[in-house]
Amino acid sequence: MLRKLGDYLILMWQAFSKPDKALVFRKRLLHEFFNLGFTSIGIVLILSVFVGAVATILVAYNTDNPLLPEKLIGFSARQMIVLEFSPTMISLILAGKLGSQIASELGTMRVTQQIDALKVMGINPANYLILPKIISCLFFIPVLIVFSIVIGILGGWLACVFTGVITPTNYVVGLRSWFEPFSLTFAMIKTVVFAFLITSISSYIGYNVKGGSVEVGKASTQSVVVSSIAIIIFDLILTQMLLT
Amino acid sequence: MIKIEHISKSFGERLVLDDITATFERGKTNLIIGQSGSGKTVLTKICIGLFEPDSGIVTFDDRPFSNTKEKHKIDIRKEMGVLFQGGALFDSMNVEENVMFPLNMFTDMSYEEKLERVNFCLNRVNLSGINNLATSELSGGMMKRVAIARAISNSPKYLFCDEPNSGLDPVTSELIDDLISEITEEYDMTTIINTHDINSVLKIGQTINFLHKGKLWWQGDNKSVLNADNKELNDFLFSTELTKRIKI
Repeated sequence: MLRKLGDYLILMWQAFSKPDKALVFRKRLLHEFFNLGFTSIGIVLILSVFVGAVATILVAYNTDNPLLPEKLIGFSARQMIVLEFSPTMISLILAGKLGSQIASELGTMRVTQQIDALKVMGINPANYLILPKIISCLFFIPVLIVFSIVIGILGGWLACVFTGVITPTNYVVGLRSWFEPFSLTFAMIKTVVFAFLITSISSYIGYNVKGGSVEVGKASTQSVVVSSIAIIIFDLILTQMLLT
Repeated sequence: MIKIEHISKSFGERLVLDDITATFERGKTNLIIGQSGSGKTVLTKICIGLFEPDSGIVTFDDRPFSNTKEKHKIDIRKEMGVLFQGGALFDSMNVEENVMFPLNMFTDMSYEEKLERVNFCLNRVNLSGINNLATSELSGGMMKRVAIARAISNSPKYLFCDEPNSGLDPVTSELIDDLISEITEEYDMTTIINTHDINSVLKIGQTINFLHKGKLWWQGDNKSVLNADNKELNDFLFSTELTKRIKI
């Protein structure tokens, strides 16, 4: 375990070195923005709208009490979406999508000697392959999470409109009540940490694949499992550190 | 010229290479031959810096390469071209991008200059006009030839080929052998070929190093190899029905 942690840190050290050629690095970065970022918009959109709607209905169901004001439902749904559902749940989904994509891509490159080819050419493969993935995700995943928060809140409003659990007006009043900007800062801090965990862990696992196609498949699964566990552990640590 | 001196390498308890010393000459095709498991791939990987030897040293024109820091190796690495067994073409790039890759990384040439060089290299391996093909659209022989074009695009001083004929039909194998031999002379490179193809041994083996059970068992050339008084080498060379008949 300690040895793997050491190997992981060495790989990150190699990845975070100066790129061999700035122009090539910029092209790789743009490629990864599209490859990892843009292709995730669809899944984030679909999940967020339903998660927002379900969160609102659940809060309404659990606070069905005449003594509680209706605007509490909008407030609680917003807090759930901003603090937990969007940053953590969407990150877990992205760990599945991006984590397996990164691990299988790098794993395949390893077993077909493409990484060896880079190395013998005198190129730092970790820097060339991993750094653009990490940087693009560090920028793009927070954008996706902001997008998810907005769409999730919209999903809650749609739930109000189509199910009538509360009036849309009370939902909007609730959304605007007791807002603390730090909630968004907290969500963004968590997202950046999760983005780094997803890309770096998946890259480490994919980069170190030994064997053939079976091992690439295993690495892909392992990267999702390990990234997801790391996300929930860091979720607890960050929540304890930043909100108490 | 590449020199390897007293190279030994073990994996756990298993000694894979035992005190290997050899010289690979410039402008010649230098072959490392032997049965599967004889240690030739490990020796090639030590030469290109993918493995470090437990003892001994590899030098490129008197410049030490093995067991040195990565930043010292980089200058020598930039003078290497490597043809991997499976080609190791980047599957996210098309043929042109693959061949252009070393030029993008290590030169400041304009796009037009790089394209001219790419077309020259593709033409050299008899593959003109396939610039935009994806690597998945190439046959085994084409892949090897594109990999050779990529290996020579940056005018390397040293060329390493890991089993260049594996998985190819005899006609394509011959074509690849001719190509490697021609470009070695043309660019005055030091070429090391790791193979167990007997036809290659006889055709392009200007120097031959026979490995057996991790030891350097025999050294010579394609003129002397058939008459060598070495049981293990003869067992290796005359193991197929065809070569047995030739011997008779």
